[in-house]
Amino acid sequence: MEDNLELLNAVILLLNYTVIPAITYGSQLALGAIFVTLIYGVLRFANFATGDMMSFGTMFAVLLTYYFQSAGVGLGFLPTALLTLPLAILAMILYMLFIDKFVFKYYRISKSAPVQLAMVSVGVMFVTQAIIRIIIGPFDRRFMDGEKFILKASEFKEMTGLSEGLTIKSTQAITLVVTIILVSTLFWFLNKTKTGTSMRAYSDNEDLALLSGIDPKKVVMITWIIAGFLATVGGVLYGLDKSYKPFVYFNNMLPIFAAAIVGGIGNPYGAFLGGYVIAFAEILVTYAYKKFFIYLLPEFLEPDSLVQLLSTDYKFAVSFSILVIVLLFRPSGIFEGKKI
Amino acid sequence: MRKYFNIIAAYSIMLFLIIMVGIFQSWSIALSILNYCLISAVMTMGANIQWGYAGLINFGIMGYTALGGLAVVLVSVTPVPEAWSAGGLNIIGSLILIISLVLIVRLILKKYKNHKYKNYFITFSIIFGVILIRFVAFPGIEAIEAVNPAKTGFLGGLGMPVLFSWIIGAIFAAGLAFIVGKIALGLRADYLAIATLLIAEIVVSIIKHEDWLARGVKNVIGLKRPVPYEIDLQTSPWFINLVEKLHQGKLNLLSSVSDKKDMLNQLVIDASSVYVKLCMTGLFLSVVIILLILTQKALYSPWGRKMRAIRDNEEAAGAMGKNVVKEHLLIFILGSAIVGLAGAMMVTNDGLFTPGSYRPMRYTFVIWVMVIVGGTGNNFGAILGGFVVWFLWVEAGPIALYLINFFTTHLDETNALKVHLIESAPYFRFLMIGVGLLVIMRYRPKGLIPEKINVKKI
Repeated sequence: MEDNLELLNAVILLLNYTVIPAITYGSQLALGAIFVTLIYGVLRFANFATGDMMSFGTMFAVLLTYYFQSAGVGLGFLPTALLTLPLAILAMILYMLFIDKFVFKYYRISKSAPVQLAMVSVGVMFVTQAIIRIIIGPFDRRFMDGEKFILKASEFKEMTGLSEGLTIKSTQAITLVVTIILVSTLFWFLNKTKTGTSMRAYSDNEDLALLSGIDPKKVVMITWIIAGFLATVGGVLYGLDKSYKPFVYFNNMLPIFAAAIVGGIGNPYGAFLGGYVIAFAEILVTYAYKKFFIYLLPEFLEPDSLVQLLSTDYKFAVSFSILVIVLLFRPSGIFEGKKI
Repeated sequence: MRKYFNIIAAYSIMLFLIIMVGIFQSWSIALSILNYCLISAVMTMGANIQWGYAGLINFGIMGYTALGGLAVVLVSVTPVPEAWSAGGLNIIGSLILIISLVLIVRLILKKYKNHKYKNYFITFSIIFGVILIRFVAFPGIEAIEAVNPAKTGFLGGLGMPVLFSWIIGAIFAAGLAFIVGKIALGLRADYLAIATLLIAEIVVSIIKHEDWLARGVKNVIGLKRPVPYEIDLQTSPWFINLVEKLHQGKLNLLSSVSDKKDMLNQLVIDASSVYVKLCMTGLFLSVVIILLILTQKALYSPWGRKMRAIRDNEEAAGAMGKNVVKEHLLIFILGSAIVGLAGAMMVTNDGLFTPGSYRPMRYTFVIWVMVIVGGTGNNFGAILGGFVVWFLWVEAGPIALYLINFFTTHLDETNALKVHLIESAPYFRFLMIGVGLLVIMRYRPKGLIPEKINVKKI
């Protein structure tokens, strides 16, 4: 009986400190990674403005949240940000279509090299970053309101009588639910609807798609609209869970890229899973397992050190190393298969 | 002469702008901008060699810059004997272990190419090696970091002259470029960009968090200089005399002796900082000129022609018997070495090494904007790009402030919009750089001074 409890405690410990945070963080990365992969698959360039576009959408959600809060409008126990999400998405889509019309379209029509488009996206990154900082400033902002926890550690301990507590933050649950809804809708859209199929066709072979009467303008527009959804939702979920800081969002571009490439760039299913691969790797490698082993091992084997593979400073480095390894051995990503 | 007209015009405008800063702000600021322009020019030349000569996209400039800076610390700082005796052996031991681990993995890859369990062997030896290295290194690292952590807490350098470290910086960067090139050069252009960006991020995070190496985010300050110190100049009679002579007219206007003395003191302090910066400028300028001569020679040599052939059509060049892979690796190493040199120059100029400040925005993307704006494949263009973009980057804040004030003169001082805009003036630099890049890419895709290839007519 004692042993069983120890085992349960160890499992709960891992769940609480690694699995649940990794699933949350992974979902946020996954949304970003699908965004990168869609742009890469349909518009054929690596979008270096990814992080800042996510930040741009989130900025609207933050500002609207403040406005709604001052107006006294809320969702009760849910964060107000969920209410502002549709408006933020709309603003994001308008911005993306605007950028596309005045910046990317020219290069698409003149069939520039992907590298050139990537450089152009660097320009967009600078401009977006400037707009964000001019409007909202570079500061760290929290805009999470409503109920903070679904399950508190103390409640869990009382319920089960275990010595290890399990906490579920409401942001974690929201992230998971929203991600599942959004991603399943997206995959349904890509596979089952006519527009989605035409998008996939366009991405597979542009010339053939054009020959069979697919309207490239429509495909591009739909892509940006989906991208707007993914970027804003991903950004807002990340901001709710942690906080909103433009510089952090810019940096998040890097693990998102890693996730997209690990999953096989151009492949949305891969990107989705890639997000979780990166998140789990980052958290599992930098977690200190000392307590876990204390629960599991008999007393004389208990470790004195933290039993940590790498210090948390190297969180980012872990995902990048995974990326380098994947690029070395499987340049087309772990989850090859059908491209969007 | 006409051929070079736009180059000369562009550089004169740039020089004029810097002189304007000297007149309107101060000569010290103008010289700092000029120094940074020169450093940026060196970085841009490195990136331009890779991108302009060979079409390789390297978003890892940040990593090479940081390594160059690290070299300054490792070469010029006086060694810390206590730290060496506390944990030096462990560090050397783990270095040997790392090298032997790499050799073992290489050996397995070479000798047992077709062995069934090859991958397991490699995984096992890497895991075992990493654990062993941790066990060897960890006590050493702790001991080193415990040695006077407020001031040292690291191994220190070799105590050699700082100029020597510039060469070492270039060699460090070249070494990293060799490894990165071996790993990533086979990738397609945009993958290469992402991979180099992320590898640079790994390098910087190692420099940031390995305190025993260069104090990490605690920074190393007071690095040696290849030029005199202000404080020495202010006390040396020849310098005071020089300043006195230069400002004779101004000083004679004052009647009281004490006023004269105060004035002279102030002038000497100002002049000393200008003098130090001028010395730096001389050093940097000579580096730029030497590099410019070398790169121009290379560009118009048979080797340069070969590189352009590879850039413009890899398959054709390969079919003509050029070793594309080897040339790519070589040019990747050369370009990165120049960037490393620039990184060392920058740290020398600042006199401090701050690993926390290495961010991709400033050290990768801005440098790339310089390359694109200046003119890919043209060294004069690259240098000009470094000058123009750095100038904008620094002066964008003041310019934006001026414009904001100009356009909001009718608004109240306490107007919320005005206050907000004035507070966010520094961020207009991103806007200017971004819009500049977009405009240049759209309307002058070859940059301000485009590449010119002189084909001799037969």
